[in-house]
Amino acid sequence: MSSDLATAPAGPTAPAPQSGSRWRELLANWDTAIITLTVLVLIGASITNPDFGSSTNFTFLVLDLAPIFLIALPMTLIIVTGEIDLSVASTLGLSGAAMGWMWNNGFTIEMIVPMCILLGALLGALNGFLVAGLGLPSLAVTIGTLALFRGLAFVLLGDQAVSNFPRAYTSWVTGTVGDTPIPNLAIPLVILAVVFGVILQSTALGRNIYATGASATAAKFAGIDGNRIKFWLYVVAGAVAALAGVLWSLRYSSARADNGSGLELSVVAAVLLGGVSIFGGKGRLLGVLAAVVLLATLQNALRLEDISNEALTVVTGVLLIVAVLLPNVLKIVRTSSQRRKAIRAL
Amino acid sequence: MSRFSRRLAPLAGVAALSLVLTACVGTTQDSASDSSDSGSRATGTANPDAPITEGLKVAFLPKQLNNPYSDIEVAGGETAVGEFGGEYKLVGPNDASASSQVSYINTLIQQNQDVIGIAANDPNAVCPSLNQARDAGIKVVTFDSDASKDCRDLFINQATTEGVGEALAKMTSDQIGGSGKIAILSATPNATNQNAWIEVLKEQLASNPEYANIELVTTVYGNDDDQKSFQETQGLLQTYPDLKAIVSPTTVGIAAAARYISSSSYKDNIVLTGLGTPNQMREYVKDGTVKQFALWDPTDIGYLAAYAGAALASGQITGAEGETFTAGELGEYTIGADGELVLGPPTVFDAANIDQYDF
Repeated sequence: MSSDLATAPAGPTAPAPQSGSRWRELLANWDTAIITLTVLVLIGASITNPDFGSSTNFTFLVLDLAPIFLIALPMTLIIVTGEIDLSVASTLGLSGAAMGWMWNNGFTIEMIVPMCILLGALLGALNGFLVAGLGLPSLAVTIGTLALFRGLAFVLLGDQAVSNFPRAYTSWVTGTVGDTPIPNLAIPLVILAVVFGVILQSTALGRNIYATGASATAAKFAGIDGNRIKFWLYVVAGAVAALAGVLWSLRYSSARADNGSGLELSVVAAVLLGGVSIFGGKGRLLGVLAAVVLLATLQNALRLEDISNEALTVVTGVLLIVAVLLPNVLKIVRTSSQRRKAIRAL
Repeated sequence: MSRFSRRLAPLAGVAALSLVLTACVGTTQDSASDSSDSGSRATGTANPDAPITEGLKVAFLPKQLNNPYSDIEVAGGETAVGEFGGEYKLVGPNDASASSQVSYINTLIQQNQDVIGIAANDPNAVCPSLNQARDAGIKVVTFDSDASKDCRDLFINQATTEGVGEALAKMTSDQIGGSGKIAILSATPNATNQNAWIEVLKEQLASNPEYANIELVTTVYGNDDDQKSFQETQGLLQTYPDLKAIVSPTTVGIAAAARYISSSSYKDNIVLTGLGTPNQMREYVKDGTVKQFALWDPTDIGYLAAYAGAALASGQITGAEGETFTAGELGEYTIGADGELVLGPPTVFDAANIDQYDF
């Protein structure tokens, strides 16, 4: 199946499009299309709604998209290898619950933050061991750990909310850089995005990640240890999700076991809309990040226009289906036109 | 497998080291208790005779949209906003999670609302945003579930915990003639409201000589799930054949229990009471399964919240204790301690009055 889709959004290993059909170019440049769409939506929202362009709204927008943005980084790499991690939102919740529990039990916040991230890495290592070490299907494994981690979060904290975190920390997370509307949080987001982007798009490790996703067997014969890569990607995903959990608890001044529930679906939605193939091997980080911004902007702008929640969900759903459907429809159109050409040539 | 553990060892080592290093100096809960700089903001002077400003923009933000109970609450708010000629708006998340309300508050700030009426999903998660709203001049009234008291102007409390607990004890005692075994069918073991009411009920049974012959045998939990509540009722009646009454302080629980009892042989031999809505309980009151139950009128909660918000936004009140204002048809209210307004004692419903209510 995956080799069939070789002309969907092109990663470095995918063959470059051969001729200049317009459809093909669009397909090869899904991320260009999604970035253009994002920019158009941003411009459109600023024109139609004066409130959208205000500096406070910009701050809110960035704060709202931060957790999805963060988790989408490792998720993109994992989906490119042909696996998935649905336990990320539960890891976020468990990390928040652990944070609250430790805070209640007199730990220092400076100690809690690295411990939470370490906990996330360990949870990720469990996923990685089950998927890469034992070779179990990642969908099944991470649905299991989705329930397991969320359950542990409730065991730790029950329905309690821990909220009295030090003001210096909570106000840093919600604050902005000086008098600009740029949230402090944007700085680590940009740094991490650059790190992940460079790794995936410009290093040998990145090429190996694409190769593993395109064909695990071929990659193995090429001497690439796909399982090792996958294991460490899960560890990183766990650590990043836990970091998102810490930031979440600080942003809302509320460490709760149900923090971020359902977030994994938004992340996977953004990654797929960003042009990453669910079968692995293709997609670029830039497209994914544009998709994260696109989805958050649509939500923010439509809310300002008083569009109902239900309509919002429908818009997101339609976008996703289009994103998954379009490359396949275009492929069918193209192969049939090629076939016609071939018949005419006879 | 060993490959993995070899690789994890240095990671754990680094982590342990960083823990030791950070453990020496740091901020703990005890050293960080300086976080209350925005106390009560009841500033300025109230003018009790000020008219309600025309065209106030009043937005309601319930815990979750499309929840039957909060739909009724906000409908009361809509009625009130209509009465004083304001602009009513309803927004809210599809899920009742802790942080889902925050982006809605942010939107309402952008839209320059005058009043936000909110049932907080989490008392603290909404606080920074609510305080931003108040900095922008928006009056914040919580109803149903309070936010932390330093980030709202007023809280509309449906009833005091004591009021509900005492009503439960009295209804039960009246109906079983003051003696016998009773059991409680509650929601979840950690439902804050339910537990507080049950606590008062237990205190009443222990301290009030009138209830000396009433014995509470057990508390079971239906998790606010219809089927589970139904099964728990069945279980109670089988386990305690001499049970006189079941008290269910949850609308889901009492309705499920009534459904089971009405179709079983226990009908007429067991008293069922608690908190329920008239529409859910009407048929069971009419067929005699239930004689009495209680609840506040949720319509009045939203109605009072809207008037309280309008009174704040119009300068009739500032939110200080002891100030009074008139809430339309509900009459005059006085602000209590900590900016709390109590709607009143719960209404007791029975065959004589149930048809006057539709919610």
